[in-house]
Amino acid sequence: MRGTSDQTERPPLNRDGIPLSSADIPFYASLSRRDLLKYTGYASLAAFLAACGANSTSSSGTTAAATGGSVSVGSYHSDPAEAQGFQQVADAFTAANGGTTVKINKVDHGTFQDQISSYLQGTPEDAFTWFSGHRMRFFAAKGLATPIDDVWDKVKGNFSGAFAESVKGNDGHIYGIPVDYYPWGVFYRKSVFQAGNYKVPTTWDDFKALCAQMQKDGLIPLTLGDQDGWPAQGWFDIINLRLNGYDFHVELLTGKQKFTDQRVTNVYSKWAEITSYYNPAATGTKWQDAAGLLVQKKAGMMLIGLFVSSQFLPAGQDALADLDFFPFPQLGTQYDAENALDAPIDVMMISKKSPTLSKNLGQAKAYMEFWAKGSTQLTAAKAQGLGVLPTGNDTDTSSFTPLTQKSVQIIKNAKRITQFFDRDSRPDFSGANGMQSFLLTFLKNPKGDIKGLQGTMQQFWDSLPPEA
Amino acid sequence: MAETTTRGGPAPAEDKAGAGPLVRRRRRHVLLTRQDRLILALMVCVPLIFDLALIWGPTGASVVFSFTNWDGIGPIAAQNFIGLKNYATLFGSYIFFRPALLHNLEWLAFFAFVATPIGMLLAVLLDREIRGSRVYQSILYLPVVLPLVVVGFIWELQYGGTAGFINNFFGLIKSHHVVDWLGDPSINLLAAVVAASWRHVGYVMVLYLAGLKSVDPTLREAAKVDGANEWQTFVRVVFPVLLPINVIIAVITAIESLRAFDIAYIINHGKNGLELLSTLITNNSISEASLIGFGSAIAVVLLVISLVPIVTFLLAANRGNQG
Repeated sequence: MRGTSDQTERPPLNRDGIPLSSADIPFYASLSRRDLLKYTGYASLAAFLAACGANSTSSSGTTAAATGGSVSVGSYHSDPAEAQGFQQVADAFTAANGGTTVKINKVDHGTFQDQISSYLQGTPEDAFTWFSGHRMRFFAAKGLATPIDDVWDKVKGNFSGAFAESVKGNDGHIYGIPVDYYPWGVFYRKSVFQAGNYKVPTTWDDFKALCAQMQKDGLIPLTLGDQDGWPAQGWFDIINLRLNGYDFHVELLTGKQKFTDQRVTNVYSKWAEITSYYNPAATGTKWQDAAGLLVQKKAGMMLIGLFVSSQFLPAGQDALADLDFFPFPQLGTQYDAENALDAPIDVMMISKKSPTLSKNLGQAKAYMEFWAKGSTQLTAAKAQGLGVLPTGNDTDTSSFTPLTQKSVQIIKNAKRITQFFDRDSRPDFSGANGMQSFLLTFLKNPKGDIKGLQGTMQQFWDSLPPEA
Repeated sequence: MAETTTRGGPAPAEDKAGAGPLVRRRRRHVLLTRQDRLILALMVCVPLIFDLALIWGPTGASVVFSFTNWDGIGPIAAQNFIGLKNYATLFGSYIFFRPALLHNLEWLAFFAFVATPIGMLLAVLLDREIRGSRVYQSILYLPVVLPLVVVGFIWELQYGGTAGFINNFFGLIKSHHVVDWLGDPSINLLAAVVAASWRHVGYVMVLYLAGLKSVDPTLREAAKVDGANEWQTFVRVVFPVLLPINVIIAVITAIESLRAFDIAYIINHGKNGLELLSTLITNNSISEASLIGFGSAIAVVLLVISLVPIVTFLLAANRGNQG
């Protein structure tokens, strides 16, 4: 669900990243060098064995028919509720496809993302969960995904044009089925706005005035949790979109414009006007804890994705019903009319190197087709507290909450939709040692040497190898 | 691969174990039975194969990768080899390299001058057979046994911004002096190294305590008879006797600092003041960035740096064994 970025979950400990820990040596170990070496050897062996077992793919399909047999799926839905929804979909698929079994390999969300490259090259499952945008096109271009144009031809009537674009590879073929999406907006609690007699701001000046008023009333006006580095990218995205427009934004993120551009300077100086309204220690807070301030009514507003709903669920349905959001305010430029916003799309894809794919391809495609149904997507979305929206036109919207309906409407009103910084730009630029670092540097000192920071950003971009 | 360096030891040890008898056989014509020879050969070859496959293989591969622009996908072709370009970028324009190197050195300095001495001090105190010594040992050693994920989680709870224990306990929130322990690049390295020291102190303590237990008690008695006080006994007698242990601890301190990774990675994947060579390697080569070649170049630099304490260790250890 929280698929927006690299480091949403608590980062997994990479097996290879952690060599022999001192914990492997018992308390009263004798201290000869040989013993140390022995334990070192055990640790290597253990790591080796673990590596061997890591990619186990299990499957035992029989024929390449759409009924019977089996299909294996690699899933990053590791959260228990999400995983349950994913299993429900699998069960429904089995029931609807003559007993075709679905074997789910559930992997921790962060681990799945970090290891996607080696996963897809090794022995992946037949189908897998992933993200649209650059992140999908990259692996498609590397030949690690199977085109599914034939499936798309059957189901494309169920999707609007923007979704069709989002699953198209560089070669024009279709590589995924869009299964859910969610808008980024400014989230708030209705009861807090009522109590403070606050009005939803539509202009930048209103927005700043509201922040000032909240501060006066003892609220944290804006809550941000940028410890993991990606949430601030949402701020950069939306200010750049409002101020400089969709075209400039996309060109900037793909290297056709320079980060030293005056227009980027303007983004930072605009942003710096409100950074004093953030919660203290915003750069050392996880997004979940920052959202907690919103749940506890200690903070007034938060720019985040609809998935923030999941943080309200534990507080009960009342709290969830109290959650509302508005689109980022207008900045008084010609680009306000674009109503652009980040609305990342998650997809299901078919791998290329799965050892069972040759016999399971039919089942895998049937599985893709099943995910194109609104009813399937709704099952999965409900398991995520409707923190994501189904993509299919045939989705039964009768069970939608007002928040969900509003999300759909706001995305419909948008003339331009972006995915998110780390889905629209190259991963070696947008990651931890890259854009995330630059924005943290900015947040540390918003009125500091912006030109210098921009120079660093461009220098870093230029140091990256040309994209294949 | 950085960690391989810390495991780089077995080769000489195995060689030694195997070579000794063999050499003797040749010189003295001692006939080993066929079975003896077979067993010896197995004892040498099996570990050697593992050693080559798991340690020197990946190490060599890293060195080769460092000359390529390989993205980790598909085979490496001739056009992937780009000579020293990765190193040129690394030393020339890669903005995260210098901070990472500096942070590793700061880490080393803290371990060497604060954490390790504290561990040694605790060992000396516990060696005095004070009441409840075992309880203290267990408590101090506990962090070493805890999984790193747990250690990271525990310290995140301490250091959190508005939700953290330290900021709340000391009333920093009420007085509007919230300290951003994890997000302020000027202090988060200190915060991380303190968390890492929590484990390191226990580790050093146990090593040193075991060393102290092995000191011949007659030496202390002799020193006492000669009128030395506690401090003189330790500095003039015990410490010199423990030279091999001291070397091991020095080397472990150096290696632990060079391969420092987990806490920084758990906090924020090593950015915003927590850049370390190890996190740069991971972020470049194991993440979606797919810059395996460039990440390998950083790994090779770390390998070269690590060789210094490792060679020191091996020389000292071999000298110790011979003496």
